[in-house]
Amino acid sequence: MSVRRHGETGPGCAGSCCLKVENLGVNFSGEEVLKNVSFHLHCGEIVALIGPNGAGKSSLFRTILGQVPHTGSIEFHPAGGGPARPLIGYVPQSPSFQRGDPVSVLDFFTAAISRYPVFLPIPRQLRRRVLDCLTRVHAQGLIDRRLGALSGGELQRVLLAMALEPMPQILILDEPLSGVDVEGARQLLAMLDEIRTNFDLSILLSTHDFSTLDQYADKVILLKSEVLRVGPPRQVLSSPEFHAVFHLGLGKGGEA
Amino acid sequence: MSVWYALVDLLPFEWAQPGSMIFMKNALLAVLVISPLFGILSTMVVESRMSFFSDALGHSAFTGIAIGVLCGLADPMWCAVILALVFALLFTYVRRRANLASDTVIGVFSSTAVALGIFIATLDGGSFTKFNSILIGDILSVEPAKIGLLAIILLLVAALWVWAFNRLMIASVHPALADSRGIGVFWQEALLNATIAVVVTLSMTWVGLLVINALLVLPGAAARGLARNMRQYHLFSVLGAVAAGVAGVLTSYYLESSTGASITLYLALYFALTFLGRKKRQ
Repeated sequence: MSVRRHGETGPGCAGSCCLKVENLGVNFSGEEVLKNVSFHLHCGEIVALIGPNGAGKSSLFRTILGQVPHTGSIEFHPAGGGPARPLIGYVPQSPSFQRGDPVSVLDFFTAAISRYPVFLPIPRQLRRRVLDCLTRVHAQGLIDRRLGALSGGELQRVLLAMALEPMPQILILDEPLSGVDVEGARQLLAMLDEIRTNFDLSILLSTHDFSTLDQYADKVILLKSEVLRVGPPRQVLSSPEFHAVFHLGLGKGGEA
Repeated sequence: MSVWYALVDLLPFEWAQPGSMIFMKNALLAVLVISPLFGILSTMVVESRMSFFSDALGHSAFTGIAIGVLCGLADPMWCAVILALVFALLFTYVRRRANLASDTVIGVFSSTAVALGIFIATLDGGSFTKFNSILIGDILSVEPAKIGLLAIILLLVAALWVWAFNRLMIASVHPALADSRGIGVFWQEALLNATIAVVVTLSMTWVGLLVINALLVLPGAAARGLARNMRQYHLFSVLGAVAAGVAGVLTSYYLESSTGASITLYLALYFALTFLGRKKRQ
Protein backbone atom coordinates (compact mmCIF):
# COMPACT_ATOMS: atom_id res chain seq x y z
CA MET A 1 0.00 0.00 0.00
CA SER A 2 1.47 3.33 -1.00
CA VAL A 3 0.52 6.20 1.22
CA ARG A 4 1.74 9.72 0.86
CA ARG A 5 2.52 11.61 4.00
CA HIS A 6 1.16 15.07 4.44
CA GLY A 7 2.19 17.91 6.67
CA GLU A 8 -0.44 20.18 8.14
CA THR A 9 -2.34 20.18 4.83
CA GLY A 10 -3.13 17.79 2.05
CA PRO A 11 -1.90 18.02 -1.55
CA GLY A 12 -3.35 20.91 -3.51
CA CYS A 13 -4.70 22.50 -0.41
CA ALA A 14 -3.29 25.64 1.10
CA GLY A 15 -4.71 24.88 4.50
CA SER A 16 -7.57 27.20 3.79
CA CYS A 17 -10.28 24.59 3.79
CA CYS A 18 -10.71 23.15 7.17
CA LEU A 19 -13.12 21.93 9.80
CA LYS A 20 -12.50 23.74 13.06
CA VAL A 21 -13.94 22.25 16.20
CA GLU A 22 -13.49 24.52 19.21
CA ASN A 23 -14.41 23.86 22.84
CA LEU A 24 -17.11 21.39 21.91
CA GLY A 25 -19.25 20.10 24.75
CA VAL A 26 -22.16 17.64 24.69
CA ASN A 27 -24.49 16.64 27.51
CA PHE A 28 -26.85 13.68 27.46
CA SER A 29 -29.43 14.05 30.24
CA GLY A 30 -27.01 15.80 32.57
CA GLU A 31 -24.08 13.54 31.82
CA GLU A 32 -21.07 15.16 30.22
CA VAL A 33 -20.28 13.02 27.19
CA LEU A 34 -17.85 15.42 25.54
CA LYS A 35 -16.07 18.45 26.97
CA ASN A 36 -13.49 20.92 25.70
CA VAL A 37 -13.03 19.06 22.43
CA SER A 38 -10.95 21.09 20.00
CA PHE A 39 -9.20 19.98 16.84
CA HIS A 40 -8.72 20.92 13.20
CA LEU A 41 -9.32 18.73 10.19
CA HIS A 42 -7.56 19.83 7.01
CA CYS A 43 -8.47 18.79 3.54
CA GLY A 44 -6.73 15.72 2.18
CA GLU A 45 -5.98 14.57 5.68
CA ILE A 46 -6.90 11.22 7.20
CA VAL A 47 -7.49 11.62 10.91
CA ALA A 48 -8.10 8.62 13.15
CA LEU A 49 -10.11 8.93 16.32
CA ILE A 50 -9.18 6.41 19.01
CA GLY A 51 -10.37 5.86 22.55
CA PRO A 52 -12.00 3.25 24.74
CA ASN A 53 -15.64 2.24 24.30
CA GLY A 54 -17.93 4.96 25.56
CA ALA A 55 -15.28 7.64 25.05
CA GLY A 56 -17.70 9.67 22.95
CA LYS A 57 -16.44 8.82 19.46
CA SER A 58 -19.87 8.16 17.97
CA SER A 59 -21.31 11.14 19.86
CA LEU A 60 -18.64 13.36 18.35
CA PHE A 61 -19.55 12.12 14.86
CA ARG A 62 -23.24 12.69 15.43
CA THR A 63 -22.49 16.17 16.74
CA ILE A 64 -20.47 17.05 13.64
CA LEU A 65 -23.36 15.66 11.54
CA GLY A 66 -25.63 18.13 13.31
CA GLN A 67 -27.83 15.57 15.06
CA VAL A 68 -26.91 16.48 18.63
CA PRO A 69 -27.16 19.86 20.39
CA HIS A 70 -23.80 21.08 21.65
CA THR A 71 -21.87 23.96 23.19
CA GLY A 72 -18.75 25.40 21.59
CA SER A 73 -18.39 25.79 17.85
CA ILE A 74 -18.00 23.68 14.73
CA GLU A 75 -16.94 25.79 11.79
CA PHE A 76 -16.18 24.84 8.26
CA HIS A 77 -14.16 27.00 5.90
CA PRO A 78 -14.15 25.82 2.29
CA ALA A 79 -11.09 26.64 0.16
CA GLY A 80 -11.09 30.38 -0.50
CA GLY A 81 -14.38 31.13 1.22
CA GLY A 82 -15.93 32.13 4.50
CA PRO A 83 -17.68 29.82 6.93
CA ALA A 84 -20.17 27.50 5.25
CA ARG A 85 -22.13 24.36 5.99
CA PRO A 86 -19.99 21.43 4.87
CA LEU A 87 -21.31 18.52 2.89
CA ILE A 88 -20.56 15.49 5.05
CA GLY A 89 -20.56 11.89 3.90
CA TYR A 90 -21.18 9.41 6.67
CA VAL A 91 -20.43 5.70 6.72
CA PRO A 92 -22.22 4.28 9.75
CA GLN A 93 -21.02 1.23 11.61
CA SER A 94 -22.18 -1.79 9.60
CA PRO A 95 -25.32 -3.23 11.04
CA SER A 96 -26.03 -6.91 10.68
CA PHE A 97 -28.66 -7.10 7.99
CA GLN A 98 -31.08 -9.94 8.19
CA ARG A 99 -29.60 -12.41 5.77
CA GLY A 100 -32.93 -12.95 4.03
CA ASP A 101 -33.70 -9.28 3.36
CA PRO A 102 -34.82 -8.95 -0.25
CA VAL A 103 -32.99 -5.63 -0.61
CA SER A 104 -30.40 -5.49 -3.37
CA VAL A 105 -27.53 -3.04 -3.47
CA LEU A 106 -29.27 -1.31 -6.37
CA ASP A 107 -32.51 -0.95 -4.33
CA PHE A 108 -30.74 0.42 -1.30
CA PHE A 109 -28.55 2.80 -3.26
CA THR A 110 -31.35 4.10 -5.47
CA ALA A 111 -33.62 4.65 -2.48
CA ALA A 112 -30.91 6.71 -0.79
CA ILE A 113 -29.95 8.96 -3.70
CA SER A 114 -33.24 9.45 -5.54
CA ARG A 115 -36.97 9.68 -4.98
CA TYR A 116 -37.80 7.15 -7.68
CA PRO A 117 -39.78 4.42 -5.87
CA VAL A 118 -37.61 1.31 -5.96
CA PHE A 119 -40.48 -1.20 -6.01
CA LEU A 120 -41.06 -0.20 -9.63
CA PRO A 121 -38.69 -1.18 -12.45
CA ILE A 122 -35.64 1.05 -12.14
CA PRO A 123 -34.88 3.14 -15.27
CA ARG A 124 -31.63 2.41 -17.07
CA GLN A 125 -30.38 5.96 -16.46
CA LEU A 126 -30.68 5.59 -12.69
CA ARG A 127 -29.00 2.19 -12.77
CA ARG A 128 -26.16 3.79 -14.75
CA ARG A 129 -25.77 6.45 -12.07
CA VAL A 130 -25.62 3.87 -9.26
CA LEU A 131 -23.10 1.86 -11.27
CA ASP A 132 -20.91 4.96 -11.67
CA CYS A 133 -21.00 5.57 -7.92
CA LEU A 134 -20.10 1.96 -7.17
CA THR A 135 -17.26 2.11 -9.67
CA ARG A 136 -15.59 4.81 -7.55
CA VAL A 137 -15.02 2.18 -4.87
CA HIS A 138 -14.46 -0.69 -7.33
CA ALA A 139 -17.75 -2.31 -6.27
CA GLN A 140 -19.63 -2.25 -9.58
CA GLY A 141 -19.89 -6.05 -9.53
CA LEU A 142 -22.03 -5.93 -6.39
CA ILE A 143 -24.97 -3.99 -7.87
CA ASP A 144 -27.41 -6.91 -8.09
CA ARG A 145 -26.32 -8.72 -4.93
CA ARG A 146 -28.52 -8.69 -1.86
CA LEU A 147 -27.28 -6.67 1.13
CA GLY A 148 -27.59 -9.72 3.38
CA ALA A 149 -25.29 -11.70 1.10
CA LEU A 150 -22.40 -9.21 1.21
CA SER A 151 -19.26 -9.73 3.30
CA GLY A 152 -18.28 -7.08 5.85
CA GLY A 153 -15.73 -5.53 3.50
CA GLU A 154 -18.13 -5.49 0.55
CA LEU A 155 -20.83 -3.83 2.64
CA GLN A 156 -18.35 -1.19 3.78
CA ARG A 157 -17.55 -0.40 0.18
CA VAL A 158 -21.22 -0.03 -0.73
CA LEU A 159 -21.84 2.27 2.26
CA LEU A 160 -18.71 4.21 1.31
CA ALA A 161 -19.98 4.66 -2.25
CA MET A 162 -23.26 5.98 -0.84
CA ALA A 163 -21.44 8.44 1.41
CA LEU A 164 -19.59 9.74 -1.68
CA GLU A 165 -22.84 10.61 -3.47
CA PRO A 166 -23.18 13.55 -3.51
CA MET A 167 -19.41 14.10 -3.20
CA PRO A 168 -18.80 15.43 0.32
CA GLN A 169 -16.07 17.73 1.63
CA ILE A 170 -15.70 15.68 4.77
CA LEU A 171 -16.02 11.92 5.02
CA ILE A 172 -16.76 10.34 8.38
CA LEU A 173 -16.44 6.59 8.97
CA ASP A 174 -17.58 4.96 12.21
CA GLU A 175 -15.34 1.96 12.92
CA PRO A 176 -14.91 1.01 9.26
CA LEU A 177 -12.44 -1.76 10.10
CA SER A 178 -14.56 -3.69 12.57
CA GLY A 179 -15.96 -6.89 11.11
CA VAL A 180 -13.62 -6.69 8.12
CA ASP A 181 -10.87 -9.24 7.58
CA VAL A 182 -7.21 -8.31 7.10
CA GLU A 183 -7.39 -8.29 3.30
CA GLY A 184 -10.65 -6.31 3.37
CA ALA A 185 -9.11 -3.79 5.74
CA ARG A 186 -6.06 -3.39 3.49
CA GLN A 187 -8.29 -2.77 0.44
CA LEU A 188 -10.46 -0.32 2.32
CA LEU A 189 -7.50 1.73 3.55
CA ALA A 190 -5.98 1.77 0.06
CA MET A 191 -9.31 3.00 -1.24
CA LEU A 192 -9.58 5.78 1.34
CA ASP A 193 -6.13 6.96 0.31
CA GLU A 194 -7.23 6.92 -3.34
CA ILE A 195 -10.41 8.84 -2.52
CA ARG A 196 -8.73 11.63 -0.59
CA THR A 197 -6.27 12.29 -3.39
CA ASN A 198 -8.82 12.00 -6.22
CA PHE A 199 -11.61 13.96 -4.63
CA ASP A 200 -9.71 16.24 -2.27
CA LEU A 201 -11.69 15.65 0.89
CA SER A 202 -10.87 15.16 4.56
CA ILE A 203 -11.45 11.83 6.23
CA LEU A 204 -12.26 11.33 9.89
CA LEU A 205 -12.59 7.76 11.13
CA SER A 206 -12.74 5.92 14.40
CA THR A 207 -10.93 2.65 14.96
CA HIS A 208 -9.74 0.14 17.54
CA ASP A 209 -7.08 -1.25 15.25
CA PHE A 210 -3.91 0.51 16.37
CA SER A 211 -1.43 -1.66 14.46
CA THR A 212 -2.23 -0.17 11.07
CA LEU A 213 -2.64 3.47 12.19
CA ASP A 214 0.88 4.39 11.21
CA GLN A 215 0.30 3.19 7.63
CA TYR A 216 -2.50 5.54 6.72
CA ALA A 217 -3.34 8.13 9.38
CA ASP A 218 -1.82 11.59 9.19
CA LYS A 219 -3.02 12.47 12.62
CA VAL A 220 -4.45 10.59 15.57
CA ILE A 221 -6.81 12.02 18.17
CA LEU A 222 -6.96 10.20 21.50
CA LEU A 223 -10.40 10.86 22.97
CA LYS A 224 -11.91 10.07 26.34
CA SER A 225 -14.68 12.62 26.85
CA GLU A 226 -11.96 15.20 26.11
CA VAL A 227 -9.04 15.26 23.75
CA LEU A 228 -6.13 13.72 25.64
CA ARG A 229 -3.58 13.84 22.87
CA VAL A 230 -3.33 14.87 19.21
CA GLY A 231 -0.44 14.21 16.88
CA PRO A 232 1.20 11.86 14.39
CA PRO A 233 0.40 8.16 15.03
CA ARG A 234 3.75 7.14 16.50
CA GLN A 235 3.78 10.07 18.87
CA VAL A 236 0.27 9.40 20.21
CA LEU A 237 0.76 5.64 20.46
CA SER A 238 3.89 6.06 22.53
CA SER A 239 2.46 8.80 24.76
CA PRO A 240 1.82 8.25 28.48
CA GLU A 241 -1.84 9.23 27.96
CA PHE A 242 -2.35 6.40 25.47
CA HIS A 243 -0.79 3.89 27.86
CA ALA A 244 -2.89 5.17 30.76
CA VAL A 245 -6.18 5.00 28.85
CA PHE A 246 -5.61 1.49 27.58
CA HIS A 247 -3.98 0.24 30.79
CA LEU A 248 -0.79 -0.69 29.07
CA GLY A 249 1.45 0.78 31.76
CA LEU A 250 3.36 -1.35 34.23
CA GLY A 251 1.23 -2.54 37.12
CA LYS A 252 -1.99 -1.06 35.79
CA GLY A 253 -2.81 -4.03 33.59
CA GLY A 254 -2.52 -6.34 36.57
CA GLU A 255 -4.95 -4.42 38.71
CA ALA A 256 -8.04 -5.48 36.84
CA MET B 1 -70.85 -2.23 -10.15
CA SER B 2 -72.97 -3.05 -13.19
CA VAL B 3 -69.83 -3.12 -15.32
CA TRP B 4 -68.32 -5.61 -12.91
CA TYR B 5 -71.44 -7.80 -12.89
CA ALA B 6 -71.48 -7.75 -16.69
CA LEU B 7 -67.83 -8.81 -16.70
CA VAL B 8 -68.34 -11.64 -14.22
CA ASP B 9 -71.37 -12.83 -16.18
CA LEU B 10 -68.96 -13.74 -18.96
CA LEU B 11 -67.22 -16.26 -16.73
CA PRO B 12 -68.13 -19.91 -17.30
CA PHE B 13 -69.10 -20.58 -13.68
CA GLU B 14 -72.38 -21.75 -12.28
CA TRP B 15 -72.63 -18.79 -9.89
CA ALA B 16 -71.67 -16.35 -12.62
CA GLN B 17 -75.04 -16.60 -14.34
CA PRO B 18 -76.62 -13.14 -14.78
CA GLY B 19 -78.73 -12.05 -11.82
CA SER B 20 -77.66 -14.81 -9.45
CA MET B 21 -75.27 -15.07 -6.52
CA ILE B 22 -74.65 -11.34 -6.21
CA PHE B 23 -72.76 -11.85 -2.92
CA MET B 24 -70.23 -14.11 -4.67
CA LYS B 25 -69.56 -11.46 -7.26
CA ASN B 26 -69.20 -8.82 -4.58
CA ALA B 27 -66.84 -11.02 -2.59
CA LEU B 28 -64.71 -11.71 -5.65
CA LEU B 29 -64.42 -8.01 -6.44
CA ALA B 30 -63.65 -7.23 -2.78
CA VAL B 31 -60.87 -9.82 -2.82
CA LEU B 32 -59.44 -8.35 -5.99
CA VAL B 33 -59.22 -5.00 -4.17
CA ILE B 34 -58.00 -6.07 -0.73
CA SER B 35 -55.47 -8.67 -1.80
CA PRO B 36 -53.21 -6.20 -3.68
CA LEU B 37 -53.80 -3.65 -0.89
CA PHE B 38 -52.56 -5.97 1.84
CA GLY B 39 -50.02 -7.55 -0.49
CA ILE B 40 -48.35 -4.15 -0.75
CA LEU B 41 -48.56 -3.37 2.98
CA SER B 42 -47.31 -6.86 3.76
CA THR B 43 -43.89 -6.10 2.28
CA MET B 44 -43.15 -3.43 4.87
CA VAL B 45 -44.98 -5.18 7.72
CA VAL B 46 -42.64 -8.16 7.36
CA GLU B 47 -39.60 -5.97 6.70
CA SER B 48 -40.11 -3.94 9.89
CA ARG B 49 -41.12 -6.93 12.02
CA MET B 50 -44.64 -5.74 12.69
CA SER B 51 -46.37 -9.06 12.12
CA PHE B 52 -48.34 -8.98 15.37
CA PHE B 53 -49.33 -5.37 15.01
CA SER B 54 -52.56 -6.05 13.15
CA ASP B 55 -53.54 -8.61 15.76
CA ALA B 56 -53.07 -5.98 18.46
CA LEU B 57 -55.07 -3.52 16.36
CA GLY B 58 -57.98 -5.93 16.49
CA HIS B 59 -57.93 -5.50 20.25
CA SER B 60 -57.65 -1.74 20.08
CA ALA B 61 -60.59 -1.63 17.66
CA PHE B 62 -62.61 -3.57 20.19
CA THR B 63 -61.75 -0.95 22.82
CA GLY B 64 -62.51 1.88 20.41
CA ILE B 65 -65.94 0.46 19.67
CA ALA B 66 -66.63 0.01 23.38
CA ILE B 67 -65.71 3.67 23.98
CA GLY B 68 -67.81 4.73 20.99
CA VAL B 69 -70.83 2.86 22.30
CA LEU B 70 -70.26 4.34 25.77
CA CYS B 71 -70.29 7.84 24.27
CA GLY B 72 -73.44 6.97 22.35
CA LEU B 73 -71.96 7.47 18.89
CA ALA B 74 -74.10 6.43 15.93
CA ASP B 75 -71.21 4.69 14.19
CA PRO B 76 -68.70 3.57 16.83
CA MET B 77 -66.38 2.46 14.01
CA TRP B 78 -64.90 5.94 13.67
CA CYS B 79 -64.04 5.91 17.32
CA ALA B 80 -62.13 2.67 16.68
CA VAL B 81 -60.23 4.26 13.76
CA ILE B 82 -59.21 7.24 15.86
CA LEU B 83 -58.15 5.01 18.73
CA ALA B 84 -56.15 2.83 16.33
CA LEU B 85 -54.37 5.95 15.10
CA VAL B 86 -53.53 7.02 18.66
CA PHE B 87 -52.50 3.44 19.40
CA ALA B 88 -50.13 3.38 16.41
CA LEU B 89 -48.48 6.71 17.21
CA LEU B 90 -48.13 5.91 20.90
CA PHE B 91 -46.69 2.52 19.98
CA THR B 92 -44.10 4.14 17.69
CA TYR B 93 -43.16 6.62 20.41
CA VAL B 94 -42.85 4.05 23.19
CA ARG B 95 -40.85 1.62 21.07
CA ARG B 96 -38.37 4.36 20.21
CA ARG B 97 -38.06 5.65 23.76
CA ALA B 98 -38.00 2.31 25.55
CA ASN B 99 -35.50 0.66 23.18
CA LEU B 100 -37.54 -2.52 23.24
CA ALA B 101 -38.17 -4.91 20.37
CA SER B 102 -41.38 -4.45 18.39
CA ASP B 103 -42.98 -7.67 19.58
CA THR B 104 -42.53 -6.75 23.26
CA VAL B 105 -44.11 -3.32 22.85
CA ILE B 106 -46.92 -4.79 20.74
CA GLY B 107 -47.60 -7.25 23.57
CA VAL B 108 -47.79 -4.43 26.10
CA PHE B 109 -50.20 -2.41 23.97
CA SER B 110 -52.30 -5.37 22.99
CA SER B 111 -52.93 -6.49 26.57
CA THR B 112 -53.67 -2.96 27.70
CA ALA B 113 -56.11 -2.36 24.86
CA VAL B 114 -58.04 -5.56 25.37
CA ALA B 115 -58.23 -5.02 29.14
CA LEU B 116 -59.40 -1.45 28.70
CA GLY B 117 -62.02 -2.60 26.19
CA ILE B 118 -63.42 -5.30 28.46
CA PHE B 119 -63.30 -2.93 31.42
CA ILE B 120 -65.33 -0.27 29.62
CA ALA B 121 -67.75 -2.73 28.01
CA THR B 122 -68.50 -4.50 31.29
CA LEU B 123 -68.99 -1.31 33.34
CA ASP B 124 -72.38 -1.46 35.04
CA GLY B 125 -72.47 -5.20 34.53
CA GLY B 126 -72.64 -4.99 30.73
CA SER B 127 -71.58 -7.78 28.44
CA PHE B 128 -69.03 -7.42 25.70
CA THR B 129 -70.23 -10.23 23.47
CA LYS B 130 -72.51 -7.79 21.66
CA PHE B 131 -69.43 -6.25 20.02
CA ASN B 132 -68.18 -9.51 18.60
CA SER B 133 -70.36 -9.35 15.52
CA ILE B 134 -68.98 -5.90 14.66
CA LEU B 135 -65.44 -7.20 14.81
CA ILE B 136 -65.92 -10.34 12.82
CA GLY B 137 -66.73 -9.08 9.37
CA ASP B 138 -67.23 -11.59 6.60
CA ILE B 139 -66.01 -11.07 3.11
CA LEU B 140 -69.22 -12.69 1.76
CA SER B 141 -71.34 -9.96 3.34
CA VAL B 142 -69.30 -7.04 1.96
CA GLU B 143 -71.43 -4.29 0.40
CA PRO B 144 -70.66 -2.55 -2.92
CA ALA B 145 -70.22 0.84 -1.19
CA LYS B 146 -67.55 -0.62 1.08
CA ILE B 147 -65.77 -2.13 -1.91
CA GLY B 148 -65.65 1.38 -3.37
CA LEU B 149 -64.11 2.70 -0.15
CA LEU B 150 -61.58 -0.15 -0.14
CA ALA B 151 -60.66 0.71 -3.73
CA ILE B 152 -60.05 4.33 -2.68
CA ILE B 153 -57.88 3.10 0.19
CA LEU B 154 -55.93 0.94 -2.26
CA LEU B 155 -55.26 3.97 -4.46
CA LEU B 156 -54.19 6.04 -1.43
CA VAL B 157 -51.79 3.34 -0.24
CA ALA B 158 -50.34 3.00 -3.75
CA ALA B 159 -49.85 6.79 -3.84
CA LEU B 160 -48.19 6.71 -0.42
CA TRP B 161 -45.89 3.94 -1.63
CA VAL B 162 -44.80 5.95 -4.69
CA TRP B 163 -44.27 9.03 -2.55
CA ALA B 164 -42.61 7.59 0.55
CA PHE B 165 -41.47 4.03 -0.05
CA ASN B 166 -37.74 4.80 -0.42
CA ARG B 167 -37.60 6.59 2.90
CA LEU B 168 -39.74 3.99 4.64
CA MET B 169 -37.42 1.26 3.43
CA ILE B 170 -34.14 2.98 4.38
CA ALA B 171 -35.50 3.96 7.78
CA SER B 172 -36.38 0.32 8.38
CA VAL B 173 -33.29 -1.34 6.89
CA HIS B 174 -30.67 1.06 8.24
CA PRO B 175 -31.91 3.71 10.73
CA ALA B 176 -28.44 5.21 11.35
CA LEU B 177 -27.88 5.79 7.65
CA ALA B 178 -31.38 7.22 7.26
CA ASP B 179 -30.64 9.67 10.08
CA SER B 180 -27.41 10.81 8.48
CA ARG B 181 -29.18 11.45 5.18
CA GLY B 182 -31.79 13.62 6.83
CA ILE B 183 -34.63 11.09 6.90
CA GLY B 184 -36.64 11.37 10.12
CA VAL B 185 -36.79 7.72 11.15
CA PHE B 186 -39.41 8.33 13.83
CA TRP B 187 -41.79 10.02 11.42
CA GLN B 188 -41.33 7.36 8.79
CA GLU B 189 -42.20 4.67 11.34
CA ALA B 190 -45.14 6.72 12.59
CA LEU B 191 -46.41 7.19 9.04
CA LEU B 192 -46.19 3.48 8.26
CA ASN B 193 -47.77 2.39 11.55
CA ALA B 194 -50.56 4.94 11.28
CA THR B 195 -51.32 3.82 7.73
CA ILE B 196 -51.48 0.16 8.76
CA ALA B 197 -53.65 1.05 11.76
CA VAL B 198 -56.21 2.99 9.74
CA VAL B 199 -56.37 0.50 6.87
CA VAL B 200 -56.67 -2.54 9.14
CA THR B 201 -59.30 -1.03 11.43
CA LEU B 202 -61.46 0.22 8.58
CA SER B 203 -61.39 -2.99 6.62
CA MET B 204 -61.64 -5.32 9.60
CA THR B 205 -65.39 -4.90 10.08
CA TRP B 206 -66.03 -5.33 6.39
CA VAL B 207 -63.86 -8.31 5.55
CA GLY B 208 -62.91 -9.86 8.91
CA LEU B 209 -59.75 -9.82 11.00
CA LEU B 210 -58.64 -13.37 10.25
CA VAL B 211 -58.15 -12.76 6.56
CA ILE B 212 -56.53 -9.36 7.20
CA ASN B 213 -54.01 -10.81 9.62
CA ALA B 214 -53.16 -13.50 7.12
CA LEU B 215 -52.98 -11.12 4.15
CA LEU B 216 -50.77 -8.75 6.09
CA VAL B 217 -48.10 -11.28 7.02
CA LEU B 218 -48.09 -14.34 4.76
CA PRO B 219 -47.63 -12.81 1.27
CA GLY B 220 -44.60 -10.81 2.40
CA ALA B 221 -43.16 -13.72 4.36
CA ALA B 222 -43.53 -16.02 1.35
CA ALA B 223 -42.16 -13.46 -1.12
CA ARG B 224 -39.02 -12.97 0.98
CA GLY B 225 -38.08 -16.55 0.28
CA LEU B 226 -38.11 -15.98 -3.46
CA ALA B 227 -37.24 -12.35 -4.04
CA ARG B 228 -33.76 -11.03 -4.70
CA ASN B 229 -34.77 -7.36 -4.85
CA MET B 230 -37.60 -4.98 -4.07
CA ARG B 231 -39.35 -5.35 -7.43
CA GLN B 232 -39.55 -9.14 -7.12
CA TYR B 233 -40.53 -8.79 -3.46
CA HIS B 234 -43.55 -6.64 -4.30
CA LEU B 235 -44.46 -8.68 -7.37
CA PHE B 236 -44.43 -12.03 -5.54
CA SER B 237 -46.22 -10.59 -2.55
CA VAL B 238 -49.06 -9.00 -4.55
CA LEU B 239 -49.42 -11.89 -7.00
CA GLY B 240 -49.46 -14.43 -4.18
CA ALA B 241 -52.10 -12.45 -2.30
CA VAL B 242 -54.34 -12.07 -5.36
CA ALA B 243 -54.01 -15.72 -6.39
CA ALA B 244 -54.75 -16.99 -2.87
CA GLY B 245 -57.64 -14.53 -2.54
CA VAL B 246 -59.36 -15.60 -5.75
CA ALA B 247 -58.69 -19.30 -5.15
CA GLY B 248 -60.02 -18.96 -1.60
CA VAL B 249 -63.28 -17.35 -2.71
CA LEU B 250 -63.88 -20.02 -5.36
CA THR B 251 -62.98 -22.88 -3.03
CA SER B 252 -65.28 -21.60 -0.31
CA TYR B 253 -68.14 -21.54 -2.80
CA TYR B 254 -67.67 -25.09 -4.01
CA LEU B 255 -66.81 -26.64 -0.65
CA GLU B 256 -69.14 -24.37 1.34
CA SER B 257 -66.25 -23.52 3.68
CA SER B 258 -65.38 -20.21 5.35
CA THR B 259 -63.99 -17.78 2.78
CA GLY B 260 -61.52 -16.13 5.16
CA ALA B 261 -60.17 -19.50 6.29
CA SER B 262 -59.89 -20.74 2.69
CA ILE B 263 -57.89 -17.68 1.63
CA THR B 264 -55.65 -18.04 4.66
CA LEU B 265 -55.00 -21.71 3.94
CA TYR B 266 -54.05 -20.91 0.35
CA LEU B 267 -51.63 -18.28 1.67
CA ALA B 268 -50.15 -20.84 4.04
CA LEU B 269 -49.71 -23.21 1.11
CA TYR B 270 -47.98 -20.44 -0.85
CA PHE B 271 -45.64 -19.88 2.08
CA ALA B 272 -44.90 -23.59 2.35
CA LEU B 273 -44.08 -23.80 -1.38
CA THR B 274 -41.74 -20.81 -1.25
CA PHE B 275 -40.14 -22.23 1.86
CA LEU B 276 -39.32 -25.42 0.01
CA GLY B 277 -38.18 -23.47 -3.05
CA ARG B 278 -35.92 -21.32 -0.93
CA LYS B 279 -33.75 -24.27 0.08
CA LYS B 280 -32.98 -24.97 -3.55
CA ARG B 281 -31.94 -21.38 -4.14
CA GLN B 282 -29.29 -21.37 -1.46
